[in-house]
Amino acid sequence: MKLTQEEEEMLAGKMGEAKRWAIDHQVKVGRMFDALDLVPVSQAHMMVDPESVGDAGVSFLERLAATGAKVAIPMITDPRGVDLNYYHPLGQSEEMANLDRRTIAACSAMGILMTNTCINYQTIMPPVKGDHVAFGDTGVVIYSNSVCGARSNFEGGPSALAAGLTGRTPRYGLHLDEKRQATRLFVVDEPPRELTDWGVLGAVIGRMVGSYWEVPVIEGIEAVPTSDELKHMGAAMASYGSTPLFHIVGITPEAPTLAAVGGNALTVEHVTKDDLTALRSRFGSKGDKIDVVVFAAPQLSLVEMQALSRLCSGKKLKVPTLVCTSPQVYADATRMKLVAEIEGAGAKVLEGTCFYNQYAREIGEANGWTRLLSNSAKIVNILGGYGYQPALASMEECVAAALAGEIV
Amino acid sequence: MRELKCHLGVGPLVEGEALVADDNFSARYDLDRINGVFSRPQHKLFGQPYKDRVLVLNTAKGGVASAWMLHEMKSRGIAPLAILFNAANTILVQGAALADMAMCDRFVDGDVTTLIKTGQRLRVEPARGVVTIIES
Repeated sequence: MKLTQEEEEMLAGKMGEAKRWAIDHQVKVGRMFDALDLVPVSQAHMMVDPESVGDAGVSFLERLAATGAKVAIPMITDPRGVDLNYYHPLGQSEEMANLDRRTIAACSAMGILMTNTCINYQTIMPPVKGDHVAFGDTGVVIYSNSVCGARSNFEGGPSALAAGLTGRTPRYGLHLDEKRQATRLFVVDEPPRELTDWGVLGAVIGRMVGSYWEVPVIEGIEAVPTSDELKHMGAAMASYGSTPLFHIVGITPEAPTLAAVGGNALTVEHVTKDDLTALRSRFGSKGDKIDVVVFAAPQLSLVEMQALSRLCSGKKLKVPTLVCTSPQVYADATRMKLVAEIEGAGAKVLEGTCFYNQYAREIGEANGWTRLLSNSAKIVNILGGYGYQPALASMEECVAAALAGEIV
Repeated sequence: MRELKCHLGVGPLVEGEALVADDNFSARYDLDRINGVFSRPQHKLFGQPYKDRVLVLNTAKGGVASAWMLHEMKSRGIAPLAILFNAANTILVQGAALADMAMCDRFVDGDVTTLIKTGQRLRVEPARGVVTIIES
């Protein structure tokens, strides 16, 4: 890799141990992906939840912070593993909370902004077209690439941190024009209607694509989707397919036409109603009992919080119900009494967490929850590996099920 | 002995026993990391212990968490020795770089999940881009 003089100095340790570690990490990763150099990035976003970081990772962060390391660019964080105002009732331990407290202290010391959100593109500072960034959380990356036209690879926590410290990232993958061209062409026969439909569509395409290095382009979506709809579609596509970028012809910024993303010669693949039904059929059916309802993954926007509050208004839910949103939305939703409306029905709104990265296995075991219902196509994909039997339904159906104790 | 050429990888030279499946991989989605077994019922390696094995799989899937998780798993001594893919994704390579775990992909002779069989003893040399089947 070609390094500038400043980068060579970082690598030689002349700018401190943290930057030396960071650029050494970037060179190792860059070499494996044939990066020719590093590209400056405007922001970094790091997944650093304690369940995945563990004691080893937190100790690593503390060692870096102890050297006086500071991030070189604005750097923000993904959801935390513990809502420090509400963890005992979920069966989370003091040890988990302490790991989170240590993480927050180490990151804050390095100048990282603890935004604790996976919807930063809706709430913090959305990147702009052509903006090179180093974002973690697959849902954040796919949305930023596809809907904003920004340029990011999936940057896991260590790599996002390295980018924050050096202000750069290896130039490979989606930082390159040629890797952003479409490789698969899908025509949607049945346009999605509500949020869960968008998630299911994303899930089906993600499964069909199944690789980080494929770029789907989609035709057949006529009405311009909302940000929340694309959020659910992208999050599910990234979850099922490890997919970091999609184009929708006539809608997303890099695909005004099919030709603009090199899609004219691609073979058409149809996404049929049967494909969507087949995916849904894996996740529960009417009459199934449920232990817990979860709204999360991605965190709910203010608009979703309002929709949920309307459904909960005046109701008494029988089934424990958790709602995860960002600290930014939480503050607004509290002020606008949406949180009070939702919690008045017996649900609990968690601030700055997302259910699947807050020790979902341990929470499930502590509360005897296995049959979980959600409107997130992403979360039902993840939680099968955490000992749950996940089921999928729309937001409205989830609330109805929470009232009835079973899927209705 | 058979040498398989691949792209240059990350991590140290290691030797160990292969555990192979034509399936994909995510540390978050597929593993019970406390007990060191594949825990996702739909995974082809469901129930199999992975500690100190050379995992041979098709590609990486899912989220970014695996980047921290390989480091965390290795710190507790319950981790694969190496992972070989047909095509790695960015997250797993970043995770292997932090954890100093051997990882290689893009094998010249084709599908690595058919070139290598479970139980074979392998030498993985990421710096050379070579994996040697040293014992069947």
